[in-house]
Amino acid sequence: MDLNDLLALKAREIATRKPFTLRCCTAASCHSSGSAAVRQQMEQAVLAAGLSDQIEVRSVGCLRLCSQGPLVQADPSGILFEKVSPETAAGLVAALQQGADKIGLNPSGTPFFANQRTIVLANSGIIDPERIESYIVADGYQALHKSLTEMTPPEAVDTMIRSGLRGRGGAGFPTGLKWDTVAKSAGDKKYVVCNADEGDPGAFMDRSVLESDPHSVLEGMAIAALAVNASHGYIYVRAEYPLAISRLQAAIKQAKQIGVLGSGIFDSPFDFNTEVRIGAGAFVCGEETALMASIEGKRGQPRPRPPFPAESGLGGCPTLINNVETFANVPPIFRNGADWFAGIGTAKSKGTKVFALAGKIRRTGLIEVPMGTPLRTIVDEMGGGAPDGHTIKAVQTGGPSGGCIPVRHLDTPVDYESLAALGSIMGSGGMIVMDDTTDMVDVARYFMEFCMDESCGKCIPCRAGTVQMHQLLAKIIERRATAADLAQLEELCDMVKNTSLCGLGQTAPNPVLSTLRFFREEYEALLRPESTTTRR
Amino acid sequence: MLVAEARRRLERKKQAAAQPRLTGDKRVVILDTFMKRQQFRGDALIEVLHKASELFGYLDDGLLLHIARALKLPPSRVYGVATFYHFFRLKPQGEHTCVVCLGTACYVKGADRIMAAIAQQIGVKAGETTPDNRLSLVTARCIGACGIAPAIVYDGAVAARQTPETAITQLKPWITPHGP
Repeated sequence: MDLNDLLALKAREIATRKPFTLRCCTAASCHSSGSAAVRQQMEQAVLAAGLSDQIEVRSVGCLRLCSQGPLVQADPSGILFEKVSPETAAGLVAALQQGADKIGLNPSGTPFFANQRTIVLANSGIIDPERIESYIVADGYQALHKSLTEMTPPEAVDTMIRSGLRGRGGAGFPTGLKWDTVAKSAGDKKYVVCNADEGDPGAFMDRSVLESDPHSVLEGMAIAALAVNASHGYIYVRAEYPLAISRLQAAIKQAKQIGVLGSGIFDSPFDFNTEVRIGAGAFVCGEETALMASIEGKRGQPRPRPPFPAESGLGGCPTLINNVETFANVPPIFRNGADWFAGIGTAKSKGTKVFALAGKIRRTGLIEVPMGTPLRTIVDEMGGGAPDGHTIKAVQTGGPSGGCIPVRHLDTPVDYESLAALGSIMGSGGMIVMDDTTDMVDVARYFMEFCMDESCGKCIPCRAGTVQMHQLLAKIIERRATAADLAQLEELCDMVKNTSLCGLGQTAPNPVLSTLRFFREEYEALLRPESTTTRR
Repeated sequence: MLVAEARRRLERKKQAAAQPRLTGDKRVVILDTFMKRQQFRGDALIEVLHKASELFGYLDDGLLLHIARALKLPPSRVYGVATFYHFFRLKPQGEHTCVVCLGTACYVKGADRIMAAIAQQIGVKAGETTPDNRLSLVTARCIGACGIAPAIVYDGAVAARQTPETAITQLKPWITPHGP
């Protein structure tokens, strides 16, 4: 396989294209709403109408507007059909013939789509995730070829540094710097690990990327391996994502078959073998040192850092760990150049961010917006506000490690620093909207219960502290607490935050702290009044 | 004398746990082949436990001991890993499973109320199986189907936008009716 073969493959695939395409979403959300039957009906209708040479019915990944699934999008018009059922599916084929696109939605005129800018999700819903040829038509694996033939590894690391990309797993560490550290670490054997243990409840971005465009992650990992001189990789995926696992495994197999992954990539001496490791349901495994322990077949318990994985990771070897979305950003950066990427977003947060918009909001689904987009644009314009005449009260970002942003701060731009200033975090991209019926103290208790269950038990502040905080929150909700209990809760939050071993414990108090900061009156209304006076 | 007696008793207990299911069981042969393909490496423990769960449905003491011996790991390590991860079950599961997602999006849309309604209807709590072994009630921390919340997984099939009523209707055929 060389560049000519790759381009020839692309040309052959394009030659098989038909004038019309009906793209049917087969990602998790639409799949559970019955998209498999929809696709089958459309295929039969095409066959029955004798239009097999005119219309292609393609299985694609996420079409993003999950609440309206099953979704079907038509080419070349780009019209999106919502809530398609097996009964109405055949009608779409007829509609396509007559050119009548009135029954569908025009994405460019809809705020949900018009405000998006897709880099990570550019292929999502366009290509067939189970066919490598489909990815190659979208210029797939050309970035890998370019970095292999036109760049030295230090130049590749430099490209990442100049792009300004920061880790999309939540903490926002500069990706180029991480690559640089691993590249400079001494060692014959190095690893590249993709963290696909998307454990935050309310987040499904990584799942969608893996289900919709698995090759972009593989290509990103291969470029990273080339830059840091690694030859082996792991993708650690949650067991809860069976479709993502099977699509990844199929993608690895296909990529090896055509010689863009495995041994002698693009007929060069560069080898990169990667395998899928399946998690077993432990939230703490999203923490990088716990993740490595799990890959080694041990309990997923974190260890103190330093040494950082970049210096001593899997089996003591330097290990590069990036998140799914981070790796998916890599091929576009290498295709279009670092300056192109650095031109998108804000001064300190470059590029775009994918969010999973869910909760009490009209339009739920996946969105990708440039960094710096105000929360209000996302929630009000794109999401369409709260349903059933309710008003929005807060937006929760960052899952159990993040916080609740009240509606009066909705004009905050989405970037790492602005969200941190409000006591929340960017997180991996879960965005849960809460309306006026949501009880904020109960939300805090919900997240604390999560952290209590998921604490691995290694360090005492997290193991005992989360239990204590949960008990105090339950006491407050049951109206048995006094002001002294609230004071003790705040003290505990501070202690657990500052003394826990890993990110899970250090951020576990965040939901409590942020709701206390913005919704303190809800806590105080639940306190026993007589006790509040006796304390003074 | 006492020590020897205790040791014998422990040995008998181990054999009792190991024997009835592990001799002449085709699934053990499949598991052994799988471990061989992993070159009996200790770091493949989680993969092996996944395979064993898939074959047997749950992991009992005899099975865990068998894996420990094959991978040359202390039984404490195998047991420790099996109990650390939520995915592995040490008790037999019911014929059917109902997984209620309690992720944030499902929670704010009332998954807790659905959970309570189901638990009341079938008379078991989360993580338990009905006495007739027909239905296991399980909770999940986000299955990533937040766009269609609240979601419930019935025997592996995800169902969208559930309510207490739809859940109970769905589960009806799997519940043995109680006496009045």
